[in-house]
Formats: sequence, structure tokens, C-alpha cells
Amino acid sequence: MALLEVEGLRTVFPAGDGEFAAVEGASFTLEQGEVLGLVGESGCGKSVTAFSLMRLVSSPGLVSGGAVRFNGQDLLGLDAGAMRAVRGRQMSMIFQEPLSSLNPLYTIGQQVMEPLRLHTTLSRREARTRALGMLDRVCIPDVARRFDDYPHQLSGGMRQRVMIAIALVCGPKLLIADEPTTALDVTIQAQILDLLRQLQTDMGMAILMITHDLGVVAEIADRVNVMYAGRIVETAPVANLFRAPAHPYTAGLMRSRPDISVVRERLLTISGTVPAPHQMPAGCRFAPRCSLADAACRAAQPELRALAPEHAAACIRPLTADV
Amino acid sequence: MMRRRGFGKLFDRRIKITLGAAIVIGVVLMAILAPLLAPHDPFKQNLIFRLQPPVWSDLGNWTYPLGTDNYGRDMLSRLIYGSRLSIMVGVSAALLSAVLGTVLGMLAGFKGGRLEQVIMRFADAHLAFPEVLLAILIIASIGGSALNLILVLGVSGWMVYARVMYNMTRSLRERPFIEAAVSHGAGDLYIIGRHIFPQLIPVLTVVSTLQVAQMILQETALSFLGLGLPPPTATWGNMLAEGRDRLWAAPWIANLSGLAIIIVVWGINMLGNGLREQLDPKSRQRH
Repeated sequence: MALLEVEGLRTVFPAGDGEFAAVEGASFTLEQGEVLGLVGESGCGKSVTAFSLMRLVSSPGLVSGGAVRFNGQDLLGLDAGAMRAVRGRQMSMIFQEPLSSLNPLYTIGQQVMEPLRLHTTLSRREARTRALGMLDRVCIPDVARRFDDYPHQLSGGMRQRVMIAIALVCGPKLLIADEPTTALDVTIQAQILDLLRQLQTDMGMAILMITHDLGVVAEIADRVNVMYAGRIVETAPVANLFRAPAHPYTAGLMRSRPDISVVRERLLTISGTVPAPHQMPAGCRFAPRCSLADAACRAAQPELRALAPEHAAACIRPLTADV
Repeated sequence: MMRRRGFGKLFDRRIKITLGAAIVIGVVLMAILAPLLAPHDPFKQNLIFRLQPPVWSDLGNWTYPLGTDNYGRDMLSRLIYGSRLSIMVGVSAALLSAVLGTVLGMLAGFKGGRLEQVIMRFADAHLAFPEVLLAILIIASIGGSALNLILVLGVSGWMVYARVMYNMTRSLRERPFIEAAVSHGAGDLYIIGRHIFPQLIPVLTVVSTLQVAQMILQETALSFLGLGLPPPTATWGNMLAEGRDRLWAAPWIANLSGLAIIIVVWGINMLGNGLREQLDPKSRQRH
């Protein structure tokens, strides 16, 4: 049985008279120990998807439909107390900005001990030992001395390591990483990705890696979901996706990455912009920007269709190089 | 402009805090040690020596350094004992309103929704009502005792705290580390107690200090109006009221009790403002 099964997830925010669905019918599964990338541009709904899974969508946003089954539990049906017991213990999350995600008033040691205090009955001494061990695993140098440092005394990369330690100290089965490397400079990014990969191998948790950076996905993910305007438009193992993107949007994303082997005056871009929430086209949401779109594309919303084993795209005219 | 800057330097925050704290500590010690410090029994009437002027007047003498009142009671002893009620009522009422206001303000700011609407609109309504009038109304109907004064002043001061704490909690609630704490499995009470309240403490300290001065002023106002503790208890407010009747014959009664009120309120406000400047990095740069 898959660790996480998401079916038809729909998350809405009120807008004007009606509502705007930031996530519209997202379905995917995540196996034990798998690393799944969730890629898309800003505002495509990838972070809202993550927050919906943790049930952290703040009012007036609302998960209005779908089902989330995690580790045998129906997450959307759990009461608040049971959900708190899931957060941080079975499923935890790291964020984009490590400095603002740490409380400036407490030492990093106290903050790594926090999930242990919330979820276990360990004594202070035992919790301290566990926290020290966890900080050591995320490669904080000179842990014993750093334990009593405050967040502002650490560098950005170290702070993200602390965040990872907090998220993993209870040994969760799933780690949701929401753009964990975006606020870091490139060399640190690589270190953090290596660390995550290493911890994933050691501890065996699954990772849902949310990013707009295809490079991050290529580095760490086993499988990738591509999101556009609130919908999942393509899902494939990472190698297949990079070799043969089927959805024109995915292909467009790949083309707009800078390539060191090609000298160009300007980067290629996908023309146009994401349609405004209240002007979503009736058919394929990418149709207005797609050079291959025709009347059939604008008529009905395409569903995800399997093109090859494990490779599906929501497009009626997929680029078929894969098969 | 130049003059203001010069004055600002003369009274920079260190002087304010030091001087303010010295006055506050002095008055608190005076209140606690009143039985040891007072040269006479504050209630003992001595009609032969009534309306004795203070020692600096030609007719004064050292037996009654600050003179006597209409009943021949020693002014100095009465002033010393009077500080007890002012300090006790001021501090207790400020604490009571701090607890009420902080709890309600944090709840409103953290929970939002209907609870926020109910609490904050009630605070607005309460704030629109003249505090002293309400206090007079209640004290006049339930009677003046130290406990009643504390309850009335404490309950009627909650909105000041509620508003400040509400605004701070609202902005804190949006900080990512609160969201991170939720994602680690923390519940509402844990977050309020561990992540929100500690951030409010500096502001709470400043507001409370200034509120103590306000409460003392209100207590003396009520006592002056005869709504505080009944005579013969010595309070600065009822001493001031007694002095009013003899302003020409014995001005020191009103002057000295008024001066006591001014010094204490001035000292506390100075301490509060100094603390505020100390804790606010923006005003710290200016000096």
C-alpha cells in the first residue's frame, strides 16, 4: 500500500463573489521511501498542495474536496487532536526561509527538542541526547557548543540544517520540503540536497520535494509531478521526464532553462502568463499559451492519461517521443 | 527644535530609568516600612496641635516636620501610610487588568473570527465609556473598600492591554515560526504559551508600568471624591480633599498630598517611558 494517496484534492480560497481553486483535482501517490518532486512556477498551487496535506491551509482557505490517505489514516477526516499527533511525528515539513521559521527567542537545541516534548514522554535529559544526535546527523559542526546558540548566530545553511533536524527528530515517515533551497546560495543548495538524500537513505522516509527548480528535481527526485494552474499536468519518473517530456508545458519549462552548452542572446520563455483565477479557460488551462493547441484543446479539460508505464500527461496532443 | 533635542539629551533613557526606578523603589519601600518610618500614629488626634505648619515655616517645629492636619494628626505619618493604599491599589489593579486584557487580547488575536469580533467590539464600546464615570457609578453602589477599588479599576482597565496584545498577537500569528510550530504538532495553547506570550513580555512590562500610574491617579481621584476608603484611613486622595477645605488657613495639607501624588506618578511614568525607549530600537538610535 502506498504511504500517501491523494485523490481529487481541491483547495479553494474565496475570491470576489465566488471561489478560486488553487488546487483543482490533484491526484497522486507516494510510496514508502520515495522522493517525489512537485514542480511548477510560482502560484501554480504546489505549496497549497503541501499545506493541504498537512491541513495547514489557513482560513479563509479551505480543502473543499478529495481524499488524503496517509499511512492508513484518512487525514481530512481526523479531528484536530489526532491531526496534531500526525504533524511533526509522522509527517513533517521544512520551509523556504529557515531564519523566519525559527523562533528567535529560543536556542536551536530547545527548538530541536520541541517536537520531542510535544510527541514523546522523554525526560529532558533523554530529549537532549536525542536532539544532540539529530543535530549531529544533519552535520552541524561542534554540536555540543552549537546546541545553545540562537538562530541569528548561525549561517543560512546551518539554519536550514537545524530546520531539517527539527522536522526529522521524531522520525517521520514523510518529509514535505517546501522550496528548502530557494533562499540559500548555490553551493549551500547542493550541500542541503546531498544531506536530504543522505538522510533519506539512512532513515528511509519519503520526501515530497516542492520546487520551481528543475535542477533540484533532477538531483534528488525519483519521480516528478508537474503542476500548472492548480492541476497536475504530467507525472513521470525523473529520467523519463527529462528525456521525453510529454506535456507541452513541461517541454516549455525545460526549454526555458539556461544551458551552458548553448550560447544564446536571451533565454527562451513560455509566452504569455498564467491565466488569472477568474479567467480560467474552459478547456486545457495551458491552451492559451500552447503553440499546438486547437479547438479540441479549448473545448474540454484533458484528464491525466497514461502514455507509458508510470508516465501520464493531461494533454490530448502529447509530444510522443517517449513511446 | 534645538531646544527639544537638548532637553531630550538631558533626560535620556538612562536618566529616566534610573530616576524613575529610584522614586518607585523609594515609594514602595516607604509603603512596606510605613510602621517603622512614621514618627507618629497616623490616626492619633491631638487637637491642641491641630493645623501646625511644617518645620520650614516660622511656627513649625521638628515634632511635626510636615505639620498637622485639622485634627492634629501628623502629616508626615499620614502621607507615609497613605502611600500603602495607593501602591497596593495601583499595582493590584494594573495586574488584574493586565491578566484580563492580555488573555482576552491574545485570544482575540490568535483565534480570530467571531471571538475576535465579540472581544474587540466590546473593548471599543468599553473604551468609549468614560472610565471614571463608570468607576464612580460602581463604587457608589457597592461601597468603597480596597478590594472594591482594585476590582473596579482592574476590570475597567483591561481594554488598554487587550488592544495592544491583540495587535501584537495578530502580527506574530503570521510569522513563519508559528506556522512551523504548528507543523511540528503544537496545539493552540502551547503556541500561545511558548511562542506568543514570551514575545509580548517587554511591551507588557512597559504598558503595565504606565498603567500603574494611571491606576494610582484614578484611585486618588475616587478617594478625593469621597468614594475611596472612608476616613479616618489616610489616603492621598482624601487628604487632598480635606486640605481643599483649608486651602487658605493650612495650604500645606493640600500641597503636600498633591505633591506626593505628582512625584509618584511622575516617577512611574518616567520609568515606563524610559523602558519603552530602551526596548524600542527606533527611539534608541535617536539619542
